[in-house]
Amino acid sequence: MVEVNLWSGLRSLTGGKQVVEVEASTVGEVLSGLVKAYPQLKGPIEAGVSVAVDGRIIASGLTEPVSPGSEVYLMQRLKGG
Amino acid sequence: MALDDRKSDFTFIGTRPDRPDGLDKVTGRAKFGADAVAPGMLFGAIVRSPHAHARIVKIDTSKAEAMKGVKAVVTRADFATGLTGEFWNVQENVMAGDTALYDGHAVAAVAANSALDARDAAKLIEIEYEVLPHVTDVDKAMEADAPVIRDGTADGSVPEGMHPNVVRYHESGHGDVAAGFAAADLVIEDSFKTEATHQGYIEPHACLASLGADGKGELWCTTQGHWYAQKHCAALLGIETSQLRVTASEIGGGFGGKTTVFIEPVALALSRKANRPVKMVMSRSEVLRATGPTSSTSMDVKIGMTKDGTITAAEGVFRLQGGAFPGAPMEFTAMCAFAPYALENVRQVGYDVIANRPKQAAYRAPGSPMAAFAVESVIDLLCQQLDLDPVEVRLKNASKKGTKASYGPRFDDIGLVECLEAARDHPHYSAQLEQGQGRGISCGFWFNHGGETSVSLALSEDGTVQVSVGTPDIGGSRASMALMASETLGIPYENIRVTIADTATLGYNDVSHGSRVTYASGLATIKAAQAAIAEMCKRAAAKWGIPEDAVKWEDGCAVPSGPNAGDFEPLAMADITADMGATGGPISGHFEATPEGAGVSFGVHIVDAQVDPETGKTSIPRYTVIQDAGKAIHPAYVEGQFQGGAAQGIGWALNEEYVYGEDGRLQNAVFLDYRIPVASDLPMIDTVIVEVPNPGHPYGVRGVGETGIVPPLAAIANAVSRAAGVRMFELPMSPPRILAALKADG
Repeated sequence: MVEVNLWSGLRSLTGGKQVVEVEASTVGEVLSGLVKAYPQLKGPIEAGVSVAVDGRIIASGLTEPVSPGSEVYLMQRLKGG
Repeated sequence: MALDDRKSDFTFIGTRPDRPDGLDKVTGRAKFGADAVAPGMLFGAIVRSPHAHARIVKIDTSKAEAMKGVKAVVTRADFATGLTGEFWNVQENVMAGDTALYDGHAVAAVAANSALDARDAAKLIEIEYEVLPHVTDVDKAMEADAPVIRDGTADGSVPEGMHPNVVRYHESGHGDVAAGFAAADLVIEDSFKTEATHQGYIEPHACLASLGADGKGELWCTTQGHWYAQKHCAALLGIETSQLRVTASEIGGGFGGKTTVFIEPVALALSRKANRPVKMVMSRSEVLRATGPTSSTSMDVKIGMTKDGTITAAEGVFRLQGGAFPGAPMEFTAMCAFAPYALENVRQVGYDVIANRPKQAAYRAPGSPMAAFAVESVIDLLCQQLDLDPVEVRLKNASKKGTKASYGPRFDDIGLVECLEAARDHPHYSAQLEQGQGRGISCGFWFNHGGETSVSLALSEDGTVQVSVGTPDIGGSRASMALMASETLGIPYENIRVTIADTATLGYNDVSHGSRVTYASGLATIKAAQAAIAEMCKRAAAKWGIPEDAVKWEDGCAVPSGPNAGDFEPLAMADITADMGATGGPISGHFEATPEGAGVSFGVHIVDAQVDPETGKTSIPRYTVIQDAGKAIHPAYVEGQFQGGAAQGIGWALNEEYVYGEDGRLQNAVFLDYRIPVASDLPMIDTVIVEVPNPGHPYGVRGVGETGIVPPLAAIANAVSRAAGVRMFELPMSPPRILAALKADG
């Protein structure tokens, strides 16, 4: 299982939890696992998110690997000017 | 990529060769958006709403259509239907549907034989409006009695009970901020406001579009992202993406404002209807009224500090108005606000608020400069009241490798401490101030970005190289790509020509934004060059009759490698490419990927300000920018990015603002009234390039294009506040606002 840290604004969609566990070995599985466990997260995730794995911010790569010991943060999608 | 794999000993990188587009640009040979022509070309003009908020009751185009020389008139009815999400929002902004949502909102368009005819015909289009209540101020848009602009726009993140104009919500942080504030010796909480500013690119939006009845089209336009333009224009016109070929012109500035489309889909719609090419060029007034400025903001920031300068807690509420559409970058404002500092207790909240203004667009590190203004002002106040040195306090609390960022994850290698140490040790910081002057500093943070990237690199028979990239050159990227290819291949910079390919000749590329181009297209260029090197080594091995792995690439030549490789004269690139047709065919390299190691960026600015108490006018006698570039590929361009960020920041801090009248109309839609800095407003801006390599790039590159605009608002506000002896809480710090603050202070 991978521990995923959510931004606190999502707690209302996860029953108050800011850290949740999902079965995942890739970023894509993290996202699909989150939606499966907490269907209300589908909206924010489809709106666009980035995932930080051990400090590296992954903007869109769903195949990037994740391991059980990884520090994983869900973030809102990054873009720029 | 492991740090040990990174190259650090460079031959070409770090030099300052001539820019490849220099001659074209000084001789007028470079072709910008408005420079394209086509046989039979028509000219387009747009009819714009004179109301901030109005229902469109009726559009009568008959008189315009009857005018001699008019070939087509379009309204929303000429665009695709059934769009959703961001496609729908872009379409709604490009051409109003049932309701005009801001002053300047496009309502109809006309194409005619001449630009004059088109403008005259536009005046003949009769539109009946039902004027609706409007709101343009971010705080007023959130009040209970504010007019509802687009009911039902809010997403599920917005807490119950908020006004329908609040359409998105963000909250993040960690620790216990209440306990942190209780542990502080001093807690300061203040409120700040900033007005919307425009990116201020000198080249207005311009395009030449051709779209036939067969659904095949060509579009030439000034843009930061022609694949984005292709995708969105195709969606808005209801055609297949690949049938529209988009070519990016030279670009006269973008800064984020050309990462979307405005006139391009309209020109295509007119072309389709007239069956002729259509050229459109915005006036400056149209640029200011109807293209993306920044958000305006209203912010509350609270920070606690102990007497020794340790920050115990920080909290910020950031309300961003982004026009009549969702998307104000409030989450970036929130996440960037406290990122420079290692905080155990931090909380940040963001609100995306819609109002009757044009749809905001990105502008260099979107959302971050405003946050820095509020946060770094409060830190400066704490330093003043606790009698602490502003740089030492920032050093004491600075984020470093391993710090848990205010937005969550831990930082990898970053260069904030190195930037602050460079600031502390810079002669500017210890220089004597003159009477009436104040000195301010500020940190700044931006994430940077990778994004989808494709690069192709083709070798010519004479051993020279053509590199095709898909990221429009908005900041010198052709030079930096050539330098990275040169370094990798071991051949002179002058032997490489870099071209911005069109959408039909290269794989997909994300927009030139997020400070991503030198990082991502550079990484792809290096990988493409390495692929070409591998093929050249293979050709040399075949020629020598030795295994491929017995050949290595060294200083632009294939050479035998290892004790059993044999003794052969090195084969230079030109030796290999001269007969490549006969040794296996043309040699090229390509790379397609979404690099995900952009590496975040920090900067520190020092600025001196002089305030005239009689007139309220501020001058900037000295300015120093210090920023981590990871590795400066072409230092002159890096310095230019630093200076450009500071120059734009000076304008944002001191004079630039959108001024709306009671009627909700923009009052200052020309450069005479919208006051951007000119050369005489600026000092020589000194620069210091700090280089803490980014682990995610083969040569250590971090993007540098955006971070430079994050610290100026705060650094200048701190300098002005110290010079004037009164704290400034609202931007711009224009002469009337400074005089009012001085008067209120007594």
